[in-house]
Amino acid sequence: MTTTTRAEVEARQGWRSWLGGFFSSSVGLKWLMALTGFGLLLYVLVHMIGNLKVFLGTDAAGEYHIDLYGEALRNLGGDLVPHESILWLFRIGLLALFGIHIYAAWVLTLRNRSARGKERYEHKRNYEAVNYANRTMRWGGVLVLLFVLFHIADLTVGWANPDFVEGAVHDNLVASLSQPIVAIFYLAAQVALAFHIYHGAWSLWQSLGIVNPRYKAFRRYFAVAFAATVFIGNTAIIVAVWSGYIS
Amino acid sequence: MDLSLKIWRQARANEEGEFKTYQAKNVSPEASFLEMLDEVNEELNATGEDPIAFEHDCREGICGACGVMINGSPHGPQSGTATCQLHMRKFEDGDSITIEPWRATAFPVLKDLIVDRAPFDRIMEAGGYISVNTGAAPDANIIAVPKWSAESAMDAASCIGCAACVAACPNSAANLFTAAKTQHLNLLPQGKPERYLRAAAMVETMEQYFGSCTNYGECEKACPKNISIDFIAMMNKDYVRAQFFNMARQGQK
Repeated sequence: MTTTTRAEVEARQGWRSWLGGFFSSSVGLKWLMALTGFGLLLYVLVHMIGNLKVFLGTDAAGEYHIDLYGEALRNLGGDLVPHESILWLFRIGLLALFGIHIYAAWVLTLRNRSARGKERYEHKRNYEAVNYANRTMRWGGVLVLLFVLFHIADLTVGWANPDFVEGAVHDNLVASLSQPIVAIFYLAAQVALAFHIYHGAWSLWQSLGIVNPRYKAFRRYFAVAFAATVFIGNTAIIVAVWSGYIS
Repeated sequence: MDLSLKIWRQARANEEGEFKTYQAKNVSPEASFLEMLDEVNEELNATGEDPIAFEHDCREGICGACGVMINGSPHGPQSGTATCQLHMRKFEDGDSITIEPWRATAFPVLKDLIVDRAPFDRIMEAGGYISVNTGAAPDANIIAVPKWSAESAMDAASCIGCAACVAACPNSAANLFTAAKTQHLNLLPQGKPERYLRAAAMVETMEQYFGSCTNYGECEKACPKNISIDFIAMMNKDYVRAQFFNMARQGQK
């Protein structure tokens, strides 16, 4: 381990070293984590708003609004593009966001473990700023990932859902969430997601370096509002199906 | 007041250490924490036992030499002060106090409570300075410094390099130290010409030794100078900009 000199930094040219600055440096990885995290936040919000269509029930023709919404997503771009093509572009983009976010978390966790070393403080550390949300980012994130995998198997491809019918979004949702064990898992995942968002939606501004006093106070409001909105919206659906309000 | 002290004893680097318990009798509440340790050492000297080794220098909170983990708090229970400025009136008669060295892979224990903080020197070497021509002193105020940047730079410059931020961080990250040391120069006109080179060189040197920031904010609470983690955000921005704006060879064939 040696000093990185300014001459070394200045001598770097070309896009490889540029990309390397983001993918090898911890600060660069955190920057990527913040950007991908922001993208995932937007996705989670749009996903939640779209799913609230389940409360609209059926239209005049007796079709569920949420089924029509699902079909509209598959049919994005209309006749201009092949069926489901735009949806697949979104899916690939999401996968890239998840991939970079998780890769950065993985690499940084390993680095932090080795920087921390084996020696622990004898006396219990008197933490002042650490809270439940930021202490559970790693395991909470793993729980959210497991939930996402189950959620895809359950309601996108239907492997985990014996009553799954492609395109029948409303019926699939009810069939899945009316089982208490599934509903409890969905609820637990929403709690984990809310904590993850509560820290992430504040922390990302810090990682991106957006800290001007003009909008510094806004960062915490944003995190609280975002976590609360996503949590309330998503749990409303779970509770509504579980309690039989939606059937 | 009488105290029971549980202190990390380690004869030298690369040797097994252990906790030993010492009794400090008749400690004055007016004594500073280091004076209390001095008195314990006087007694150890009298009995022939090796005195407890700890770093100290100015004893007025400006040098950054002292610093130990006291009952799980870097620099002890009082916020905004270094260990030397902590007084025994903060403790109760009969208290037991655990005193440990900073713990991080980058900071191996040299002896007892002394750790090797040389990685901080490596970070400073990488860019913690400005390049100026020597010669006659320049005219005062020849470079206009905005009030806001002078104030922020001064806050960052109050870092004494004690390493409490690393000790406090669950990731053993040195981002608060490096942020303070980059930003107190980057915020001033004199530091601007080397701003992005400095950010890149110092951050990448830091990352060879320390963990990464997960925005817990423990460093800010532990800092004896109350330096804000806002400087970490500013450093992050400067580092990323350094990737985008490598000025070398621009416009050249």
